[in-house]
Amino acid sequence: MSAVVPAVAATDLAPLRPQWLVFLARLTRRRTALFGLVVMAIVILTSLAAPWISPFDPIEQDVTQRLKAPGERDPAGRLHPLGTDHLGRDLLARVIYGAQPALLVGFAAVVISGVLGMAAGLLGGYFGGWIDDVLMRLADIQLAFPFILLAIAVIGVLGASLQTIIIVIGVSSWVVYARVVRAAVFSLREREFVQAAQALGSRDVRVVLRHILPNALTPWLVVATLDMARVIVIESALSFLGLGVQPPTPTWGGMLADGRVYISTAWWLATFPGLAILVTVLGINLFGDGLRDTLDPRLKV
Amino acid sequence: MKVYLARRVLQSLLVLLGVSFVVFGILFLTGDPALVLMPPDATLEDIETFRRVNGFDRPFFVQYGRFLYGALRGDFGQSIRHGEPAFDLVMERMPATFELSGAALLIALCLAIPAGILSAVRRNTIVDYISTVVALLGQSMPTFWLGIMLILLFSVQWNFLPSSGRGEWQHMVLPAVTLGLFTTARITRLTRSGMLEVLNQDYIRTARAKGVANPPVVWKHALKNAAIPIVTIVGIELGTLLGGSVITETIFAWPGVGRLSVQAIYNRDYPVVQAAVFTLSATFVLVNLFVDLLYTYLDPRIRLR
Repeated sequence: MSAVVPAVAATDLAPLRPQWLVFLARLTRRRTALFGLVVMAIVILTSLAAPWISPFDPIEQDVTQRLKAPGERDPAGRLHPLGTDHLGRDLLARVIYGAQPALLVGFAAVVISGVLGMAAGLLGGYFGGWIDDVLMRLADIQLAFPFILLAIAVIGVLGASLQTIIIVIGVSSWVVYARVVRAAVFSLREREFVQAAQALGSRDVRVVLRHILPNALTPWLVVATLDMARVIVIESALSFLGLGVQPPTPTWGGMLADGRVYISTAWWLATFPGLAILVTVLGINLFGDGLRDTLDPRLKV
Repeated sequence: MKVYLARRVLQSLLVLLGVSFVVFGILFLTGDPALVLMPPDATLEDIETFRRVNGFDRPFFVQYGRFLYGALRGDFGQSIRHGEPAFDLVMERMPATFELSGAALLIALCLAIPAGILSAVRRNTIVDYISTVVALLGQSMPTFWLGIMLILLFSVQWNFLPSSGRGEWQHMVLPAVTLGLFTTARITRLTRSGMLEVLNQDYIRTARAKGVANPPVVWKHALKNAAIPIVTIVGIELGTLLGGSVITETIFAWPGVGRLSVQAIYNRDYPVVQAAVFTLSATFVLVNLFVDLLYTYLDPRIRLR
């Protein structure tokens, strides 16, 4: 990296900023991680800029233009690069807009489960004893369920909506976070700086939040990144089953479900939304793997 | 050993108790199970009668007690849609789900373990790169999309394999491949990293130094020690497979528990949903109990815990 750090900022930020830059440099030196980062950036930017870059309205129907193959033009001469669906909606526009619910659910659910799992891991790891036992049994119970089945059963009762999906996925995905944080806390609480803080009379809350949490953040971040990939697949799966964000909002899973119906006549309907999911998830996975290898190669997540 | 066994069995029972509680609690998510179970156009009197007849006017824990007592005997009530006992419906479809999950697991193990070993032994060669890229793609590919693409190619384009139903072995190929790909990817990556770790250990160097040939080093010395995480993940992956069967069975119209549950959710047939969730979860818990017992054989150190 050849970025010049401004001299003024160096006074108080000096120990922090270079470290950050060094990390970024190390991360982006891994070509796969860099590729993942670029893919993630493109997907995020696309979803944010959807209203400006999308060539068509994603929910505007035009039955005279239904099931046009990729590359065909409508009578006005406007190009449908990925073709149109069974209601004459432009597929590219829908793929672009489909990134919004996927990323929104992915991000929000990861925040919820990440915070819950962090809390559980800190509590169980720091205090041990019966608290830890109870939390770990709860984790076993959570893991005993086939995830998708439990999710659709609950969503079936509550009714499908953006909020429900986020909450259901968020609340039931805390276990991985709790496990890695707990494992980190187990070793951290024996370290000298923690014992020193305790010996100086710091209260447990302060020890946990000031000394343990910042050091347990690394594995947490890796899990959060990789988990986002999983959540995006689950969101698509729910939409595919008709239990996700409801039409007419375009979702990749919902588009796939439509495409499945027209599989023998319009291959593009199912192909492109799936590719969008694949590329997004692949990008996040590559970035997450790179993050893990850079931050802590021994981490097993 | 006996203490470990007893503790492990007790833990599993505790988990099953928790599972039953959650499965029961699904009905209470909106606060009123009668409204969940009754059709939307039911009159107030109907709902009131239903509540009384089915005991939903009793205290929560009395209701839970009754549910648990029924569940232990395989009684989850009658299916609203089919009018048969819900548990019987689930059990009828269990063999199909086992068959599919088993085939998927078999495919995964047959592909993943050799690929993972080869990848580790021939590290940084073309073989390693191909297997790593395929595994990465497999882990990032949504099951339902893979299923649809396979149908598009093998059923629609080439008319080569059937896209739905169960019966001949041909029916099983596409669903099993679809369901197994993610697991294949996971186990490949795990086998590779496990083998790499073990191959760097001192005892492997010792074995090589004393003149053991390469194949026995890999197969006997290394694989045996890399096997433990693989066995763990197989137990956990069975959960993934049973859960994934929900999607795969729906795509390929495979007559198993997964498809039954999805249909039951669409029909608001909650006794069947409860029976299916409970049965699949219980299967998963029991398999993992068995896997843990298998460890004690693979790694005697565990017995001492």
